[in-house]
Amino acid sequence: MELIIEGFKQAFLLIFTLDREVIGITLLSLQVSGSATLISMVGGIFVGTAVALSRFPGRQLVVSLINTGMGLPPVVVGLFVTIFLWRNGPLGSLEILYTPAAIILAQTVIAAPIVTGITLAAIQNLPPNLRLQILALGATRLQMVWLLVKEARLPLLAAVMAGFGGVISEVGASIMVGGNIKGYSRVLTTATVMETSRGNFEIAIALSVILMLLSFCVNAILTRIQQRERPR
Amino acid sequence: MSPADAPKVLLSARDLLARRGGATVLDIPELSVLEGEVLVLIGPNGAGKSTLLLTLAGLLNPARGKLLFRGNSIGTGGFDYRRRIAMVFQEPLLFDTTVFENVAAGLKIRGMGRTEIGRMVPEYLERFGIAHLAERSARKLSGGEAQRTSLARAFVTRPQIIFLDEPFASLDPPTRDALTGDLEQIIHETRTTALASTHDQTEALRLADRLAVMAGGRIAQIGTPAEVMYRPVNEAVASFVGVETLLPGKVVRLADGVFTAAVEGGEIEAVGHVRMGEAVLCCIRPEHVTLSTSASPSVTSARNVFPGKIQAITPLGLFLRVRVDCGFGLVAYVTSQSREELRLAEGISVTASFKATSIHVIRRGGGTGSETV
Repeated sequence: MELIIEGFKQAFLLIFTLDREVIGITLLSLQVSGSATLISMVGGIFVGTAVALSRFPGRQLVVSLINTGMGLPPVVVGLFVTIFLWRNGPLGSLEILYTPAAIILAQTVIAAPIVTGITLAAIQNLPPNLRLQILALGATRLQMVWLLVKEARLPLLAAVMAGFGGVISEVGASIMVGGNIKGYSRVLTTATVMETSRGNFEIAIALSVILMLLSFCVNAILTRIQQRERPR
Repeated sequence: MSPADAPKVLLSARDLLARRGGATVLDIPELSVLEGEVLVLIGPNGAGKSTLLLTLAGLLNPARGKLLFRGNSIGTGGFDYRRRIAMVFQEPLLFDTTVFENVAAGLKIRGMGRTEIGRMVPEYLERFGIAHLAERSARKLSGGEAQRTSLARAFVTRPQIIFLDEPFASLDPPTRDALTGDLEQIIHETRTTALASTHDQTEALRLADRLAVMAGGRIAQIGTPAEVMYRPVNEAVASFVGVETLLPGKVVRLADGVFTAAVEGGEIEAVGHVRMGEAVLCCIRPEHVTLSTSASPSVTSARNVFPGKIQAITPLGLFLRVRVDCGFGLVAYVTSQSREELRLAEGISVTASFKATSIHVIRRGGGTGSETV
């Protein structure tokens, strides 16, 4: 119990004294997971909407693959991204292994199927005739897609939250492709794992408190956006 | 009426064919909608009413066929055409925003400015009696309010033709009645051409200038409501438009424009153009059959008078449906008051009568000699 209390004390000390290393790790976590979420959001909403609104041979298989992708284990993603980015790998020429860019790539692979899958379900859940109704209102195809996405905005923001939640908390892929290099590719989760393995529980607790606060703040902002402008 | 005054064809379809899952769901060789008219499609579930409406609205691509709007072919995608039409579905399909924003949706899509929207939307909110709901969430409306919003959203764009796909089917009878009245009024005020589908014959008769009965993806009959209701072309149409007694028979006598048909269990007299020996189907609407009893005998000039026994009495909204066995089955509608006055009950003897002129005769062919006049 004393250990936990000490951990919380340490956390507040680190936060309020603006410890440079902790601030750096926090900002990098935010930057890496934020970028991965943003890329996943753009790509996921686009692909999810396109698949939901189209009919083509093999669509069922594509939907199954997306749904399977929603549960990809981070370590598996980490393994394959490492292989791809390895010197002799297909993307080795990029030379980004053990950099924040590699973590962004791995986290995008984790978050994109989550956003895509939830988008797909959200668009498919809209009333079937809504699409026809929008077209009958004189909309172009692009206006129709935009209005459908707008109509599904609540589940779509939930998709973004789920995507962000999935990547900010993952550790397997980040440690494998980022290398947990101090001051360069160390993020909150990898730092927490490292400090725990060293027995520095106070610092590990402090980092996990910061991680939870960060996750809470981002989700609070997204929730505010989600609930904004809802007519009474 | 001079040719210049004759109503112009606004929308026409030629050789329209739609398929779903390999089966033909729509087969319309020719259909014209006249400018300013209200054409109502009726028919059983799966008759193809919705498919026809969606196809004519340019929202469903037919497997074959041509659509002409004011004589011009509707292009691929029909974007220009879709900006001249509006459609209201059975579900209101409102956006998750306020009533005002919903009604403004079509105008915003057209890129109309705020000032113009601010002028037009309140006018239509007022017309449909939902001005007080302008700022309310569309998710918090009753079924009737939501459908009023949907109608206002459609009419505010001032469509040249409006498609209504069973718009009041999911509403309770009083709300449906009120909305039908409002729709009737606004259609006539704005002189909007309308194409509607419904299951409700009362609604169809209130709205329609012309009525089309659909069955199996085809238009079985099209004409004025009186033509369709009282002169159905075949058994399927007759059954759908409420003809409850259909008696197949054969012409056995012709005299002075009146003929006698032998039906199973009796002979009935009717008026029509038939040949001697011709097979006919005699259609008798239940509201044309009068019942009397020994307790309350009536004097009738009807040529067809048959004694019979009541087989069944079924409540039917405002009326009671009375099935009488006169040697052949005959159905009559009576009011609750008549039932009490005549003391009608199952098993009692009654006299059923109907006029020769009230029978609609469908000719089934055969026969020889000259026709009755």
